[in-house]
Amino acid sequence: MATLNLKINGKTHTVDVEDDTPLLWVLRDHLGLVGTKYSCGIAQCGACTVHLNGNATFSCVTPVSSVGNSEVTTIEGLSENGDHPVQKAWEEIDVAQCGFCQPGQIMQAAAFLKNNPSPSMEEIDNAMNRNICRCGTYHKVREAVAQAAKTK
Amino acid sequence: MSTITREGRRDFLKIVGTTAGGLFIGFNWSSCDSPKVEVLSTEEVLAQVKNFNAYLSIAPSGDVVIYSPNPELGQNIKTSFPMVVAEELDADWSKVRVIQANLDTEKFDRQLTGGSGAMPHSWERLRKAGATAKYVLVAAAAQTWNVPAEEITVESGIISHKESGKSGHFGEFVEVASTMSAPEEVTLKDKKDFKIIGTPVKNVDAKEIYTGKPMYGLDFYREGMKHAMIQRAPFGMKIKSMDDGAARGVSGVTDVVTFGNSVAVVGTSTWPLLKAKKLLRIEYEADGNVESTADHDRIFKDLLENGKADVRRKDGNVDKAFKTAAKVVEAEYQCPFLAHSPMEPENFFAHVQGDRCELIGPTQTPDRARQTAAQILGIPPENITVEITRLGGGFGRRLRADYVEEAVEVSRAINGPVKIVWSREDELTGGAYRPAVRYKFSAALDNAGNMIGYKLKGVGMNAGNTTRENNFPSGAVENVLIESISYDSSITTNAWRAPITNFLAYAEQSFLDEVALAAGKDPVQLRLELYEKAKNNPVGELGYNVNRMIAVTKEVAEKSNWGKNPNVKQGLSVYFSHRSYVAQVADIEMDGGSPTLKRITAVTDCGMVVNPTGANHQVRGGIVDGMGHAMYTNLTFENGVPKQKNYDSYRLIRLKEVPEINTHFLDSGFDPTGLGEPALPPTGGAIANAIFAATGRRLRSQPFIEQKEFSDIKLEIKRT
Repeated sequence: MATLNLKINGKTHTVDVEDDTPLLWVLRDHLGLVGTKYSCGIAQCGACTVHLNGNATFSCVTPVSSVGNSEVTTIEGLSENGDHPVQKAWEEIDVAQCGFCQPGQIMQAAAFLKNNPSPSMEEIDNAMNRNICRCGTYHKVREAVAQAAKTK
Repeated sequence: MSTITREGRRDFLKIVGTTAGGLFIGFNWSSCDSPKVEVLSTEEVLAQVKNFNAYLSIAPSGDVVIYSPNPELGQNIKTSFPMVVAEELDADWSKVRVIQANLDTEKFDRQLTGGSGAMPHSWERLRKAGATAKYVLVAAAAQTWNVPAEEITVESGIISHKESGKSGHFGEFVEVASTMSAPEEVTLKDKKDFKIIGTPVKNVDAKEIYTGKPMYGLDFYREGMKHAMIQRAPFGMKIKSMDDGAARGVSGVTDVVTFGNSVAVVGTSTWPLLKAKKLLRIEYEADGNVESTADHDRIFKDLLENGKADVRRKDGNVDKAFKTAAKVVEAEYQCPFLAHSPMEPENFFAHVQGDRCELIGPTQTPDRARQTAAQILGIPPENITVEITRLGGGFGRRLRADYVEEAVEVSRAINGPVKIVWSREDELTGGAYRPAVRYKFSAALDNAGNMIGYKLKGVGMNAGNTTRENNFPSGAVENVLIESISYDSSITTNAWRAPITNFLAYAEQSFLDEVALAAGKDPVQLRLELYEKAKNNPVGELGYNVNRMIAVTKEVAEKSNWGKNPNVKQGLSVYFSHRSYVAQVADIEMDGGSPTLKRITAVTDCGMVVNPTGANHQVRGGIVDGMGHAMYTNLTFENGVPKQKNYDSYRLIRLKEVPEINTHFLDSGFDPTGLGEPALPPTGGAIANAIFAATGRRLRSQPFIEQKEFSDIKLEIKRT
């Protein structure tokens, strides 16, 4: 058991958890930040994607003890009013079906576009291939990423 | 381990309607640390609404609250249902708020998601609900202004009387309208006057989804609630002995509970349970057939030859037709088991308190959840409430109530509130799978290449009827024999998106391609000739509308430039299921020496399209789903346990594996039918037929990538 101070969405949170607890479960079970989803638990589907110092990271395999001073950003903290260019593009293109994977898709896209603001479609495909959508919204995902890149 | 303080709490509100219509219960999950603007304003509206019927309420502010009774799992019903109500009400869509209704069998019927049946079932009900409310609002305005109701017009939530120049919004007449009685009959709008239906309306939950608000069952937490994860027995086995000592020793685990052949670890958060579950020492022993995939392959072949079949359909004299045939075509097709694997794993909240029970979570069948709990607890169903959360996918998995049963068992055992959660491994190994099926097709052709005899025999695992005996080509062939055999497997099976047809369509449409080749006919031509026969001289009962089959087939040939470009190798598939007609053509081009799947063209006749955005979503999603499972996904068993336990081995289709998909809709003038399923069945056939056209390899089993015929085909997939 360890007491950790985590920097999440611009605030410091103190949690008292086992060292090996994945960041995902700290966010969900201990901090009530449930926008980050559990789906596979083994870094295969991307539903748990958050930003660690701005980089897309699978929180399901990130032990909380390894987070240290890194800045964690979750879907709840991506923007204050849900108006990050990626979120706006997602709304405009109307991407979601069931929606469960979409916070992870959005976090993946936001980190990708930060590092590569004007990507080719091929680069978009490569980046977004990390996230599974069981409903098959892939066409709209790539369309929305392309749109967000344009409006940024 | 202790759960640290939350930043906020989720409040549950019970809102009582102010007029006749009974009790309205709404749940509100206000988020933890984000502004509550949207939620609060809906509450404010709800606090003052007048209920006009089960489906809608209107506040003095003019805001319209529409209740969506059916569970939303991505089929977009929470957007399309209210569109229908709002249309007949002539509401201003921007003033419409949509709330997921909880289970209420008094107010709603068929409150479930399955069989693509919600829209056809509710179309008229929803229209009447909107029209009735409009009627009383108009009557109230007529009374208030002392003018004839017939002279009043309504547009976008504004009621007007031209001659007197008076007008006002809905809210101004709510008080008077709520005292009026509803008419026996109402007039519905002419479809040509629709203003909302047929327009691309966006997902009503979009903002919440894209900002990560708690909406799904998995996101439900309540102060003091315990978490539980469950170890289930392999199929065909039962517990012989169990040692939970090590599991109990994990910090954060508060209890271990056994019921039936399941062992639940209970605790204060999820991570300790994932660890503790692995520390359970459970020995199992056989309690029925302990099956492996190799057994299934043997059983299928044996039953197809020697099993006693249930005759589903018999027309003419099949034996004679095959004896006199100039040519006989035969082929067998087989598919594997599949898990549903919704992205949100199974979960449910239960709180049993004496003779009452509260249930909250993702279910396609809320009433089944309630009945299941009532049966376990021996209490009346009316003592049980069911709140329906948004579902992170369903695909048929959440038609079952096995996980509800578990939540109820654990809550009863620990005497407190609990949320049970399945891990992905649980979902894949404890599934209720799409059953494996094997089909044998035979066609008898005369000298001219006409199909004079057709036989289909299916054998499935717990599949009941493995055929759709009145579907095409039945009705188009003089001599037909359709038979089905079901094997009782100890592996749990269940409906999976487009049950039976999710594989039968691929097998049949591939076989028809084989028949076309043997008959020396173009696949489009072969089908059109058969449709003509079914139209002009139908044989026996037809479960489909031939004219609609003809229309989608001709249209897809047109839209895909069928046969026009010799460099494009094409595969056709046309299927009727769940009341809708979908034709698809897959295009493979030789691109740098590799066969490249470039696009799929789909033509759908689902009657009137309620929401073009949603319809396009369902067709493309169905095609991606159909393609993914046909190409990549396999679930095999060894001694009652699936070998594929997570997404590292259970392969789902990814973004780079989808081609361009072009969707087209035919307006046949029929009322709308559902689209959650019908686009999926034809896809495997279209792709398999295109692969054959491009490479000469016939794929008779799924997944394609594991077939030896496919092993040296380097199929590329590209999007433009």
